[in-house]
Amino acid sequence: MSQVPGDLRYTKSHEWVRDNGDGTVTVGITDHAQDALGDIVFVETPEQGREVAAEEGCAVVESVKAASDIYAPLAGAIVAANPLLDDTPDAINNDPYGEGWIFQLAPSDPGALALLLDAAAYQQVVADDA
Amino acid sequence: MVLRTPLYSEHVRLGARLVPFAGWEMPLHYGSQIQEHQAVRQDAGMFDVSHMRAIDLIGPDALSVLRRLLANDAAKLTVPGKALYSCMLNPAGGVVDDLILFRLDELAYRAVVNAATTAKDLAWMHHHLAGERVDIRPREDLAIIAVQGPTARDRTASCLPEALRARALALAPFHGVSDGDWLVGRTGYTGEDGFEIMLPHTEALALWSALIAAGVRPCGLGARDTLRLEAGLSLYGQDMDESIGPLDAGLAWTVAWTPETRDFIGRQALSARRDHPERLDLVGLLLTGRGVLRAHQPVLLEGRIIGEVTSGGFSPTLERSIGLARITPVDRVECAVEIRGHAVAARIVKPPFVRHGRIRVTL
Repeated sequence: MSQVPGDLRYTKSHEWVRDNGDGTVTVGITDHAQDALGDIVFVETPEQGREVAAEEGCAVVESVKAASDIYAPLAGAIVAANPLLDDTPDAINNDPYGEGWIFQLAPSDPGALALLLDAAAYQQVVADDA
Repeated sequence: MVLRTPLYSEHVRLGARLVPFAGWEMPLHYGSQIQEHQAVRQDAGMFDVSHMRAIDLIGPDALSVLRRLLANDAAKLTVPGKALYSCMLNPAGGVVDDLILFRLDELAYRAVVNAATTAKDLAWMHHHLAGERVDIRPREDLAIIAVQGPTARDRTASCLPEALRARALALAPFHGVSDGDWLVGRTGYTGEDGFEIMLPHTEALALWSALIAAGVRPCGLGARDTLRLEAGLSLYGQDMDESIGPLDAGLAWTVAWTPETRDFIGRQALSARRDHPERLDLVGLLLTGRGVLRAHQPVLLEGRIIGEVTSGGFSPTLERSIGLARITPVDRVECAVEIRGHAVAARIVKPPFVRHGRIRVTL
């Protein structure tokens, strides 16, 4: 059974979102997603300063199997991308909720975060996937 | 209906990620595709390839029909036990399938064909062999286990029946030895040494379990694909198919032009293609920029499309992306591949990328 931390928000497309409490959020892909993708070998991260719409593709994770788009869970501006992923893309496999984070975003509507899935709702998405 | 090999329950027990493949439910990996790949390059790994079909062709006319059916010449198999790789062509020179052919004895041959094409191949054979004195017997009773890697033959030897052990270890590459319904061939699809073993379904689990005990790591179809890509070996349906013949797919070496009197299916079309000005090359690509090569990405030279990637992926041995591409012949090595709208730098190289554990291209 894959890990679904209770303190995060989630999307149906398997991103997780952490509220950093300073007007930014950190985004990555879930344990379930990294497991389904297999060994991750390349990550294309978004440029700092880029404005993204909610559900806009803004990063690409390539595994041994295929390329997968990663979507912005909320509208806003990209404030950082994880530099570690250039040389160690498999950090996403090894630590999807920690060192394997993909980008940070300053949401244009801070209230929108509460509208994303909570852990229980995401667990249901995973269960329906199986 | 989904087909399952006799090792299906074993794959489930080992925690395999099972995926649909050509109508079969097959293991993609058992945890880490990259570690399975490395096991084959450095030690020994095994693959359940029982979805591939052995087809026996038996009778007084077996050799003469195979010489008509295949672009390579079955007459090269001068003694029982010898094997060769061949394409089976249509009259237009396209590839119906690629296969390994073993000579079993004086009047019997065994072709091993792809899973996705088995039904088509059988229909093709029946159509072209009508009226000939040859029986076509698909061996649905046989499993196939490929054991590959530098230590594969040593580790496998102790797991083989006594009657085959010494003879299997004495095999030269592309030769096989059989005993009853067992056939051990020194063949493979990884660029490493090893065996491919055909045996009755009922004995497959015992051999598989003995191989695990002997230190052979179970590997899925994912690693099989990256291993064959590093070895520069073609995959049917991707690097060639019914519209792309062997001359445009880097497989000219598998076409036996002599004797000129041998009239194999597709010969006329291939002869015309031989000196055709638009003949294409199958080349290796090394991605020097960032990203991953995937099938169907355009290959660019000075902004002009010169072909496309036919197979691409990440090479665990080279720790970068590699691919095979079909292009208009060029006398340059630096090119680019279009990945998600961007031209990413690549270099044209001659496959294989890796063979017998060693990198064969300049990085």
